[in-house]
Amino acid sequence: MASGFSAYLRRDLLLAYRRRGEAASPLIFFVMVSTLIPLGITPESARLAEIAPGIIWVMALLATLLSTDSLFASDYQDGSLEQLLISPQLLAMPVLGKITAHWMVTGLPLTLASPLLGLMLSLPAEGYVPMMASLAIGTACLSLVGSVGAALTVSLRKGGLLLSLLVMPLYMPVIIFGSATVQSAIDGFAWSGPLAILGAMLAAAIALCPIAAAGALRLTSIN
Amino acid sequence: MPNTPLLSVERLQFERDDCNVFEQIDLTVDRGEIVQIEGPNGAGKTTLMRLLTTALQPTSGTISYAGQSIDLCRYEYLSDILYLGHQPGVKMTLTAEENLRWMAADSNASIQDALAAVGLAGYGDIPCYNLSAGQHRRVALARLLMTDAKLWYLDEPFTAIDKQGVSFLENCMSDHVKGGGAILLSTHQDLAIDGVRKYGISPHADQRGL
Repeated sequence: MASGFSAYLRRDLLLAYRRRGEAASPLIFFVMVSTLIPLGITPESARLAEIAPGIIWVMALLATLLSTDSLFASDYQDGSLEQLLISPQLLAMPVLGKITAHWMVTGLPLTLASPLLGLMLSLPAEGYVPMMASLAIGTACLSLVGSVGAALTVSLRKGGLLLSLLVMPLYMPVIIFGSATVQSAIDGFAWSGPLAILGAMLAAAIALCPIAAAGALRLTSIN
Repeated sequence: MPNTPLLSVERLQFERDDCNVFEQIDLTVDRGEIVQIEGPNGAGKTTLMRLLTTALQPTSGTISYAGQSIDLCRYEYLSDILYLGHQPGVKMTLTAEENLRWMAADSNASIQDALAAVGLAGYGDIPCYNLSAGQHRRVALARLLMTDAKLWYLDEPFTAIDKQGVSFLENCMSDHVKGGGAILLSTHQDLAIDGVRKYGISPHADQRGL
């Protein structure tokens, strides 16, 4: 059972490594758009600092959404998804492996690159640690929730927009508590509360999303 | 249970958009048998294969493996089958060797030997996007040499394969059935193997626009 998880984790990481340019595009989008904010709004650090937590979180969410589409698409096209569906092992474990690989390729680099953007958007010093902690947990939630939408829309040729509509409502709690974590830290309050709620969401998502995504894959394969 | 057939299909039907895809199917496959599914384009050969591999759920009818309904022995059944579909499941960005290491993960057979047997010796470390369509197919066919599966489902296995490849595949198939395995394949070609049983399926009246 665990072998399905690690085998798919390793395979998807290898695939991402082979297509480095494509895999790096969410990160490049994240950095590029965030660079435009000071140019478009104001370079004044006091005003930037006010909006920095929200901006960073919105960009992280959009960058994740951008790459969720491709989670099962290539496997669907080349027939390996069908092979996965008829393998004897429990489907949720390989799916969780794929989601973990997706997070390691999108969410984790975003988290690691976020201090640079914090600097660019003059995020106050006390916001950095909460930002990285909330992004690490929050992007994992986004990958997990996104996988259900990606599984539901995998057989549609242009599923991108539908996917966004499906998962956007489920992304909202994540962005609310994610940016609240950073904001509370900047305002000098304890930030462990909103972060704990994010953690609880992650725990629920790890337990439920792979099963829901596996079910959705079986459902879409019927057509 | 020497008398129970390896696979038996009873009164199998499948509806798509409220129409039956094919006429009811009753079929048994014994150990050591090759069954060739025949039928015009659109008759439902691939649908039948996908029903048998559990990728689709039948509307009615039962599929039994060694005398037991496959719903009751799902794990055993799925561990014992190998399906080669229209899309070979070969990852373009991985090399032939990586693809096989991946596709035949639980096999002890040598990947190098399997690649050499399908005529891809020396191509093992080239990414598959640099190989031709026929060579992709050969990568997928190398799985047949590495599997312990008893029951093979081959959907149009000869697509894009040259003459030499066809005779290799035929040898491979007759070796498998000699070892007590069974094969269900769909192809429009006539096989150069003795004792192939043909099973014709026809589209249901719903599909002929009647």
